[in-house]
Amino acid sequence: MPKFLLLMHYAEIEGVPPITEWAPEDIKAHIAFQHTLGQELTDKGELVDGQGLAGPEAAKFVTFRGEGAPVVTDGPFAEAKEFLAGYWMVDVDNEARAVEIAAQASAAPGPGGVPIGQEIEVREVMSAPSVEQ
Amino acid sequence: MTAKPAIEDLLRELAPQVLGVLVRRYGDFYAAEDAVQEALLAAALHWPSDGVPDNPRGWLVQAAVRRLTDQFRSEQARRRREEAVAQEPPAGEVGDRDDTLILLFLCCHPSLTPASAIALTLRAVGGLTTAEIANAFLVPETTMAQRISRAKKSIKASGEPFRMPIGDDRARRLRSVLHVLYLLFNEGYTSSVGEELHRSELSGEAIRLTRLVHAVLPEDGEVAGLLALMLLTDARRPARTGADGELIPLAEQDRTRWDRPLIAEGTALITDAVARGAVGEYQLQAAIAAVHDDAPRAEETDWPQILALYGLLERMSGNPMVALNRAIAAAMVHGPEAGLKLLAALDKPLAGHYRLDAVRAHFHEMAGDAEAAITHYRAAAARTTSLPERHYLTTQAAKLTPR
Repeated sequence: MPKFLLLMHYAEIEGVPPITEWAPEDIKAHIAFQHTLGQELTDKGELVDGQGLAGPEAAKFVTFRGEGAPVVTDGPFAEAKEFLAGYWMVDVDNEARAVEIAAQASAAPGPGGVPIGQEIEVREVMSAPSVEQ
Repeated sequence: MTAKPAIEDLLRELAPQVLGVLVRRYGDFYAAEDAVQEALLAAALHWPSDGVPDNPRGWLVQAAVRRLTDQFRSEQARRRREEAVAQEPPAGEVGDRDDTLILLFLCCHPSLTPASAIALTLRAVGGLTTAEIANAFLVPETTMAQRISRAKKSIKASGEPFRMPIGDDRARRLRSVLHVLYLLFNEGYTSSVGEELHRSELSGEAIRLTRLVHAVLPEDGEVAGLLALMLLTDARRPARTGADGELIPLAEQDRTRWDRPLIAEGTALITDAVARGAVGEYQLQAAIAAVHDDAPRAEETDWPQILALYGLLERMSGNPMVALNRAIAAAMVHGPEAGLKLLAALDKPLAGHYRLDAVRAHFHEMAGDAEAAITHYRAAAARTTSLPERHYLTTQAAKLTPR
């Protein structure tokens, strides 16, 4: 079965304020949704791994050309318009199923329970070549 | 047939004893540890259907020795055995309990990183399988196997003999052991990464191992203090998370859900330890936990006493996290302004730490400054690496946002 990485990008979405400005019950519903989705994928035997990432404020960029000291810069900065917020890796029958899960994840509820339509990137994980007969 | 959990408990209790026997007999901790692990796996496979043998410990020793001799069959390994036999300490009357303690000293060797020491301790002394440990730390089994194997190689390279350290060395090494057990407990209680707020099996294992140490060293105040601290903290676990796994702070917990027998046991331990003098850091932390657990309602918490205890602890440890907690106690006794004043001194030592922002936010909220509270709750939420804590802090900011 092919594996897919579903990348959740955090980006400003038109008409949706940052989560810290939502009503507490909307935050609760959003968290419960993510929880249920994770549980559903686990129960179906499709979830390989899923993690949320710590905020970009504490992120670092590292470059090293083999000489001197590695260059470590802070960022992306808090003002960054887009960053990776988390991912799921799923092991599914086909790409169609991966897209279906991504669509479900994208429709996570926002303020007032309205789906926020977060963009989810779907990437297939490369595998070993299939065995020749 | 015997129930599986009973067999698992028995195996984990026997694991360090069997390993002690083998290391004593053959001197090779590295090989002996592998052999014992294989013997435990074999027992876990056969005992549930075949029944537990009359002498389970003897069975395990025999099974482990058989595996060890298999390993020693090759030419190079035979040489190793001959050397090992030459180094074998003279046979003497040594109790299993001492063996367990010596094993802990080895596994918590100062040359190891805490992550390696914890993993090795769980396997060699705790009797957990590599798969179980990997699962608890959410890493692949091969990764955990490598971590354990490298830890064992470091110990081997250190040339540490299998015997009880003496004098100052013993006290120093005991501190390493207690520190590893403390980290293991914390890992289980406030899982440092990921979604689950506490992975109770790790805390439970830390408590079980600390009980073992306390049984060997009942007179040691810091061992008793650490055990009391774990019990008094773990007692609050049932009230610490809500239905959806969300974090419930101490002040809002349903205290009827606290585990009373654990609190009673922890309180008795710490009272007894403090009465014997020479108060250490774990005892002070346990004493603070006992004061919290003693309050039937959050409003009845004896904050002046907690403030005094944190004052002692700060002088002893010089740890800025302790200073942060003292600021919280000060705010509860003297008001949020006093707390904010103390926080100013922590901007440098705790720069960028989300907890500083979280506490500052809380003080501003207490003082009625919603705007400043929101700013700091958001900053804390952005920096924490714990998902339940991020949810909590985000919600705190949201509650104060005017809409």
